[in-house]
Amino acid sequence: MKPAIKRILFFVIVIGLWQLGSKAGLWSEILLPSPVSVFEALVTGIQDKTLIYDLIASFKRLIVGLAIALAIGTSLGILLAKSKTADDTIGSLVLAFQSVPSIVWLPLAIMWFGLGESAIIFVVILGGTFVMTLNVRVGIKNVSPLYIKAARTMGSSGLDLFIKVILPASVPYLVTGSRLAWAFAWRALMAGELLSTGPGLGYTLRYASDFGNMSLVIGVMVIIGVIGAVVDQLIFQRIEKSVIRRWGLDS
Amino acid sequence: MFIQIKDLNKQYLNKENLPVDVLKDIDLDIGKGEFVSILGPSGCGKSTLLSMVAGLVQATSGEIIVDNKKVTKPGKDRGMVFQQAAIFPWMNVLENVMFPLRKEMSKKEAKLRVKEHLKMVQLSNYASHYPHELSGGMQQRVAIARALAMDPGVLLMDEPFGALDEQTRTRLHDQLEQIWIETKKTILFVTHSISESIKLSDRIIVMGTRPGTVLADIHVDLPRPRGEHKEGMLKLEERIMGLLKKEIDKVVDEELAYETSN
Ligand SMILES: Nc1ncnc2c1ncn2[C@@H]1O[C@H](COP(=O)(O)OP(=O)(O)O)[C@@H](O)[C@H]1O
Ligand SMILES: [Mg+2]
Repeated sequence: MKPAIKRILFFVIVIGLWQLGSKAGLWSEILLPSPVSVFEALVTGIQDKTLIYDLIASFKRLIVGLAIALAIGTSLGILLAKSKTADDTIGSLVLAFQSVPSIVWLPLAIMWFGLGESAIIFVVILGGTFVMTLNVRVGIKNVSPLYIKAARTMGSSGLDLFIKVILPASVPYLVTGSRLAWAFAWRALMAGELLSTGPGLGYTLRYASDFGNMSLVIGVMVIIGVIGAVVDQLIFQRIEKSVIRRWGLDS
Repeated sequence: MFIQIKDLNKQYLNKENLPVDVLKDIDLDIGKGEFVSILGPSGCGKSTLLSMVAGLVQATSGEIIVDNKKVTKPGKDRGMVFQQAAIFPWMNVLENVMFPLRKEMSKKEAKLRVKEHLKMVQLSNYASHYPHELSGGMQQRVAIARALAMDPGVLLMDEPFGALDEQTRTRLHDQLEQIWIETKKTILFVTHSISESIKLSDRIIVMGTRPGTVLADIHVDLPRPRGEHKEGMLKLEERIMGLLKKEIDKVVDEELAYETSN
């Protein structure tokens, strides 16, 4: 059996059992609504467009935050790879920041920017930046000396060497860094939205919970999970695989 | 002389930060168009010597002059081919060979030059292929085309066929010989294979180890193609083997001494 078919079959069985359990009254509909109720809540949300607006709002924050995170992360990674002093000082700070879940910055961000877009985007940026930094740093440091030597014998040096050889050679790490930055940023965004004002997927999740609409809570959770998995597997893992193959790292 | 190596010394620092002689008092003159092999046991400093001619490694003392210019840094007048084909995986074959030309000439001119050199290494049909789609031998031919495309005075080759299987290596020997005859390039060819050096070169510089010194400078005057002069090759091989035997014994002795002292 193909993995894809196995996977579909697995989900069909899980959802089927869940539905059967709900029907048989094994648990209360208030604690765990049935798949059918979740589906209905999703359909309603899409029909009255609230979920659509939420998705658009969430993605806008994510794209802005992630783009800034990738830009800062790349620049900082290059700096750490190129300057030993920066690596010894800023490098240790980056490691410390990376081990702090970015949502803990939210209280400070709210103080600085007020409770709004900027505070959430700030948290998203912090979520994605440091993991990108660390990957770019390692990527540049790991460029095969052979490529550098070869390029130098062909008259390349300085900025030309960096842009034409060192950066492209570290692309596999840039891709991995971006994939992880996306994953961290996505989590940070949801956490931030849970604690702030709407629209947004996270905000609707909390709003639904406040009004005891458990079907919508689970519905939004499903959307968050599906988006996370689809972007990771269909976009990033594919790019990563083809890059690893082309860069000859799969031997 | 086209290449002059004068009183060249190289020291590296070992783990205890003490200087170790890797190359000692190397003096060599190489004429334009010569095919010279540098032969010696592993660790005798062949790669270091070649890297110094390339300008990738600085000498501790002494100097290297190529075409009347003192070597201080790498330059396009000296092309280099490494044991691992150092072609860039993110570029296709055409782009790889174009790399050293991109600032020197128009794209159109560069493309023509690249086509010419791909033909020379018999890879005309692979211009749009990426390195991961090529065999090791083909990758190495791309590297050779790339080095030759910038029209260097000297081609430096550091065990270029060392990582290839026997059959591929034999085929590439013939191709390289042909290329050398056609282009009249000066070639400095590092190898630790005695038969390879005899098959290809006009001259064999035999090096000893610890420190690296020139043991012998042997002119090979067997007519080409050498494949038809097996007897002469064999004789020469035995002579060089005798020279190197002492060196290899030296390495083995040192290693034994090292092991027993630990
Ligand atoms: N960057 C370096 N630092 C310290 N020692 C080195 C370095 N490069 C080479 N060596 C030493 O110099 C010696 C000669 O190396 P190399 O030129 O690579 O030899 P070969 O190519 O003949 O095998 C070896 O003993 C090696 O360990
Ligand atoms: Mg070597």
